[in-house]
Amino acid sequence: MLAVVSPHVPPGTSPEAVRRRNGVRALGLLAAAGLLFVVAMASVAVGAKQVPLDQVWHGLFHYTGSETDVVVRDLRVPRTLLGILTGAALGLAGTVMQALTRNPLADPGLFGISSGAAAAVVSGISFLGVTSLTGYVWFAFLGAAVVSVVVHVLGGSRSATPVRLALAGTAVTAVLNGYVYAVELTDSAALDRMRFWTVGSLASANATLVGQVAPFIATGVVLAFALVRPLNAMTLGDDQARALGTRPAVTRVLGLAAVTLLCGAATAACGPIVFVGLMVPHMVRSFTGPDLRWVLPYAALLAPVLLLGTDILGRVVARPSELQVGIVTALVGGPLFIRLIRRRRTAGL
Amino acid sequence: MNVVRTPGGFSVRVAPRAVLAVLLLAAAALAASVALIGTGDYPLTPAEVVRTLTGGGTPAQEFIVDDLRLPRVLVALLVGAALALAGAVFQSVSRNPLGSPDVLGIAQGSTVGALSVIVLFQGTPTAVSGGALAGGLLAGAAIYLLAWQKGVHGQRFVLVGIGMTAILTSVVGYLLTQADLNDATRATTWMVGSLNGRDWKQVWPLLAVCAVLAPVVLSQGRDLRMLEMGDDTAYALGVRVERTRLVSLTAAVLLTAAATAAAGPIAFVALSAPQVARRITGSPGPCLTAAACTGAALLVTADWASQHLFGADRLPVGVLTGMLGGCYLLWLLHTERRAGRG
Repeated sequence: MLAVVSPHVPPGTSPEAVRRRNGVRALGLLAAAGLLFVVAMASVAVGAKQVPLDQVWHGLFHYTGSETDVVVRDLRVPRTLLGILTGAALGLAGTVMQALTRNPLADPGLFGISSGAAAAVVSGISFLGVTSLTGYVWFAFLGAAVVSVVVHVLGGSRSATPVRLALAGTAVTAVLNGYVYAVELTDSAALDRMRFWTVGSLASANATLVGQVAPFIATGVVLAFALVRPLNAMTLGDDQARALGTRPAVTRVLGLAAVTLLCGAATAACGPIVFVGLMVPHMVRSFTGPDLRWVLPYAALLAPVLLLGTDILGRVVARPSELQVGIVTALVGGPLFIRLIRRRRTAGL
Repeated sequence: MNVVRTPGGFSVRVAPRAVLAVLLLAAAALAASVALIGTGDYPLTPAEVVRTLTGGGTPAQEFIVDDLRLPRVLVALLVGAALALAGAVFQSVSRNPLGSPDVLGIAQGSTVGALSVIVLFQGTPTAVSGGALAGGLLAGAAIYLLAWQKGVHGQRFVLVGIGMTAILTSVVGYLLTQADLNDATRATTWMVGSLNGRDWKQVWPLLAVCAVLAPVVLSQGRDLRMLEMGDDTAYALGVRVERTRLVSLTAAVLLTAAATAAAGPIAFVALSAPQVARRITGSPGPCLTAAACTGAALLVTADWASQHLFGADRLPVGVLTGMLGGCYLLWLLHTERRAGRG
């Protein structure tokens, strides 16, 4: 006699359920894109001088050189673009970094990228007399790139494990922070400039700056999305990833390159804004689950929403001056983040 | 791992390498202390230092050693040990090598407290210490309460901690941009962590805190090791998980806050000392005594090195702990790889 064995299907994994869930997620992605558009429009309109939406339209597409047109084209639009670019870059860099290190504490600056940038900028200010922001950019970017390579080599390059990479990154960060503090304490002019660079701000955006960082961020975005599948496999551990046909060492090098491009460019453009890269992946994972195919696009759309939203807030609350976006992001986003963690079961990596 | 049995039926497990490591580390800390006491505008040889400490020096030497340099060295030893112990506890509870008090918000709480006093009230050094103590304790309590949901789960504790760190760091950034340049310089000096001009007034409270709390933390060492294997395993092995966590975290927060109040948030000792100790002793779990000795040795050596490299009191010790601890940890990671371990 044949026993009829019905295949055991865990709840929520039947094809229909998966399809339904993916449909919901895709709709959510569309909503996130819409939200980003709304926030971007608001970012162009709101500030020390309010620009009505029809004037925004006028400034964007029928430029005549009036005062509001100049405000829109030369100040607000570059600032908004920079916010979108760096926001997306930081969100993606944080997600990739946490997947690479399998560590929820990993922020994009973990591999010494922020501290490398800070060390290079403080050297530029103190020893070479660099004072312009467009001058900082190349120093910051160079510092970030050099340090991330150094960390990877010290962390054991091919035989690197997540824990060793994380420890090597923090050790290098500690060494560089010691250097930055030493320079700041012996050169008070450098301290004066650095304390404003360190908080992170979008206020200095202009078209040149956006043009400088955009190619790097674009390359980083492409690289990050190309790595979705191997990174997904890596979160299971190196052995499992190898069994699934990916090469962990290669993935790690490419992932590190993506993080350096994204986070290095973002840090170069507006200073170290740690919070966005650290928190957005956690926030996103709490409703998408750990699958990077969904986490990455959501992070790329929602991180700029957070960055631009808090930038607008910083312009409004302290009018006519403003609060730096790095400060507001953490002050607003931090409590939000803690509330999210308390309400939901946190999704692991 | 050897076992020592007594005729009465008691037995103690002894790990020879760990015992040797602890002895060597303690000896290194003491040697560095003697060297540090001998360093300054009026140099003393190690023999003179030891003679003065045991009561056989000239009045001038006694004044210099007992009133000026000994308290500074004691503060360095105690702060190093306290931070390292706290770091070991945090890393065990969060089950994460990056989970130290300066990553999870306690040090940032102290910094906000101290900077508020400096920037908003231009307070005295004593008031700054008070602010740091209050800030650290408040941050610790807030993180524990916010992470509490029928128990403090390790992962949630870590996430709430980094959320808190982000908020507090931005407050620090805000305070720094609002300060005038003098206050900003003073604040930065405090934030780096310094041992300059520490006297007996800082030693006694710190010593009292360490004397009470260090045994408490050490008594939890065994349970913490079980806790690293995960809550369920720890329960199964008879550990009262929630109580262990509460007791050891409270002690760690108090230790961090007291150390920070005495010397500022000295970077990286809490993070690196337990990791270095773990690699020196070759122990799989947290090795609390070794961590405390490593922290003390690291801080005293850093202070000695900063006085020799940059001249007396030019740069605060916090600059050097990061550099020394960082380089040493990197070297350990490197040799570990070459030896094919880790």
